[in-house]
Amino acid sequence: MTTPPIAKKSVSISIAGAGGAGAMTAGGILLEAAGKSGWYGMMNRSVGPQIRGGEAAALLRLANHPVECMSEGFDLLIAIDWKNASRFAAEMPLKKTGLVIADPSAGDVPDAITAYGAEVIEVEIKKLAKSVPGGRENMVAAGLAAGFIGLSEDFLMEIINAKLARKGDAAVESSRLCLEAGLKAAAEIARNFEIGAADMKNKGRWLITGNEAVGLGAIRGGVRYAAAYPITPATEVLEWLSPALAKIGGALVQAEDELSSINMAIGASYGGRPSITATSGPGLSLMMESLGLAAAAEVPVVVVDVMRCGPSTGIATKSEQSDLNIAVYGFHGDAPHVVCAPLSVADCLYTGQWAVHLAEAMQVPVIVLSDQSLGQARVLMKRPVNLSFLANRKVYKQQSDEPYMRYAITADGVSPMAIPGTPGGQYTADGLTHSVRGTPSTQRSDQQNQMDKRHRKVADFDYGIHWGEVSGVGEELVILTWGSITAPAKEAIRTLNSEGIDVKLVAMRLISPFPKDALLEALQGAKRILIVEQTHAGQFHSYLRANCDLPGEIRQFHRPGPHLISATEITSQIRDWAQS
Amino acid sequence: MNIPSNSFTNKDFTSDIKPVWCPGCGDFHVLLSITKALAALGRPPEDIAVISGIGCSSRIPAYTNCYGFHGVHGRSLALAAGLKVARDDLTVMVMSGDGDGFSIGGNHFLHACRRNIDMTYIVMDNRVYGMTKGQPSPTTEPDWDSALSPGGSGLNPFQPLVIALASGANFVAREFSGNIKSTTQTIIEAVKHPGFSFVEILSPCVTFRPDEKEWKKQVHSASVEETSDPAQAARRIMTDDGMNTGILYRGTRAPFKSKVSDEHGDINALEQDFEI
Ligand SMILES: Cc1ncc(C[n+]2csc(CCOP(=O)(O)OP(=O)(O)O)c2C)c(N)n1
Ligand code: SF4
Repeated sequence: MTTPPIAKKSVSISIAGAGGAGAMTAGGILLEAAGKSGWYGMMNRSVGPQIRGGEAAALLRLANHPVECMSEGFDLLIAIDWKNASRFAAEMPLKKTGLVIADPSAGDVPDAITAYGAEVIEVEIKKLAKSVPGGRENMVAAGLAAGFIGLSEDFLMEIINAKLARKGDAAVESSRLCLEAGLKAAAEIARNFEIGAADMKNKGRWLITGNEAVGLGAIRGGVRYAAAYPITPATEVLEWLSPALAKIGGALVQAEDELSSINMAIGASYGGRPSITATSGPGLSLMMESLGLAAAAEVPVVVVDVMRCGPSTGIATKSEQSDLNIAVYGFHGDAPHVVCAPLSVADCLYTGQWAVHLAEAMQVPVIVLSDQSLGQARVLMKRPVNLSFLANRKVYKQQSDEPYMRYAITADGVSPMAIPGTPGGQYTADGLTHSVRGTPSTQRSDQQNQMDKRHRKVADFDYGIHWGEVSGVGEELVILTWGSITAPAKEAIRTLNSEGIDVKLVAMRLISPFPKDALLEALQGAKRILIVEQTHAGQFHSYLRANCDLPGEIRQFHRPGPHLISATEITSQIRDWAQS
Repeated sequence: MNIPSNSFTNKDFTSDIKPVWCPGCGDFHVLLSITKALAALGRPPEDIAVISGIGCSSRIPAYTNCYGFHGVHGRSLALAAGLKVARDDLTVMVMSGDGDGFSIGGNHFLHACRRNIDMTYIVMDNRVYGMTKGQPSPTTEPDWDSALSPGGSGLNPFQPLVIALASGANFVAREFSGNIKSTTQTIIEAVKHPGFSFVEILSPCVTFRPDEKEWKKQVHSASVEETSDPAQAARRIMTDDGMNTGILYRGTRAPFKSKVSDEHGDINALEQDFEI
């Protein structure tokens, strides 16, 4: 007898408060406790432009199944205060069936919130916190949320104990009392937002952000050197890599700017160590010239671009996919390279590791287009499996007295690379057009042959099934997207499929070289294709159109940040079209 | 000096590629001094990496028989820093011009001095942009006339030795390309000295600065002894006419320590941090 599948359920919670109120800490504790309880979930943050303080909201979605994006609406909003709440009200739409917990001492519930029509119940959060010596409102808020969703106090205390152990028993005790005050208040209100049965078969959850995951993926792939210049929202990749590399015999070095960091990474890789750097749009712009050097001199290197709203400084804390063009086209000259993009937070691990493998196998620069919505989101995921993507560089070993030809023309375009220290392998890596030996050349044949070779190694590489993801139902109606928008697209497709509308998903992990054959095969039978992306200009759409003839009727849905494209927006685009 | 285990001559460090330089260019002499110094230092060519940027002077790596990297304009120090931290076992030489090193790469110069990674930075200073055919560089005299800056740039020349000293370089020297013996000796000392060693080599551009052919008459060895005292070095620099040669400063600052090794630590231990 098979047991029927457990119905997928999720609850979305937002905890809002001024910057110092600790909303993010409360959210983090709830997320981790949910993981210990056998649930899944993710947390994103909404922060304002202030360096410290200002508004902050922890946006949580907890579920009995793995989730990859925030949901269509929030069930629960717990407001420690309303500072600047109207600014981010649009980012946390409340369901009509939802519940707002408001502290009467914080003043009236803003119109932007009441407009959602959810029930409002007052709880004196501040007063409850003040009744405990050293008590804090965010712990009362955590207790309230835990009470509504049925999280056990034991798991919460386990986490608080671990987090506050350094601060002493008194701090732990006051947190416990605040938590209990919140739990008690929730019990009195008696509204139920329970998530449902936990998935206890798949224990061993990981709690990880996209920025950490891409770093770990790189290390799993073999990276042992990183160079860094801080930039939001990529800094956490570097801050995670720094101590991590130090523990495994590698190193991260802070550079004076991105012109330096990319060159440090290229220099280390030339020395035989798989290397990485991470940045965001402005930094990527500074790196472009040297990425061209890596392409010409055939030095593997991985650059993670955690995209934010652009151009220029844009909105540093918010997501967009608008670096697609620079990643694909930003090089001067013809410079074959690889651009790939993780399809979810958990996929940052996979794509990060794959990127290292690709860079090393082809001796090319690889740009990974992550973004703020992936990088800074924290998710509960199943323990990932080990992947076979490893740094496996074709290196030169002295075998005969034949002179070494660094840029020898080979069938697959990849030539054995001599690592400094190898006798007989001395050559000069060069950004100047060169002969097979590496000697600078202005010969037409050298320009042609070396170009052909560099093109061939990237174009003919077997990217296998990793180029993208195909799922959903049917083949006639397709959502075609890439990178982080895959998660809301999948969510939209689940909703549409449950309404009886057949929709297929085609999501590209490999952006460049353009996986034309695989894409067109995945689109076979398509009559209507909706292209979805988070850019103002429709960069992805133009890129697709420039590279292939898409079948059927094409529509596009694209808009800039700062608010992420939601599943709801995609769903309504498809519904409208399906009915027309 | 240690007796090298191998005995090399400068030929062992010289490639068969014919330099693109104009006849009489000072850079020929710099190449000779470098290869002589490397021969005397006694490490085999495969253990040496010569890293450069862009310019006539930056063409030098391919003319050696070492590992080389001819990078982009101005970024040689960053390329070399990455290499040396990743491969502490190599001897890393960085070669640059005054435009490459002090103009487009000026910021990296400051931070390379500060970082004090164990490598040798040689700038072939000809007080002009040679490769782009004669524009003023940061070290050019303010009244030097050119098509790009008619009547001169009017700008105060950049003082590489002062900047190096102030920024924390651990070894600072000036040489003249024509003085092959002392240049060779200074390069040997620079390579042997731990940390970031900076050697400015006055190297005439006979094509765009024919006046620099007079340099061989103008240079003179410094009247003050080398020192490990930065204050004393600074005093000597105050009276510098830009033409005195020799080692100025040999500091005692501990070099940047690379922690990169061939050992592969336990990745599982890193992954455990994510388990809940
Ligand atoms: C990004 C960039 N900008 C400009 C150039 C053009 N360029 C090539 S060499 C050079 C100046 C070289 O002068 P210097 O470093 O003094 O070397 P020299 O040729 O005098 O030895 C310039 C501006 C370039 N190659 N790259
Ligand atoms: S232009 Fe000047 S610096 Fe360049 S090779 Fe000729 S003489 Fe030397």
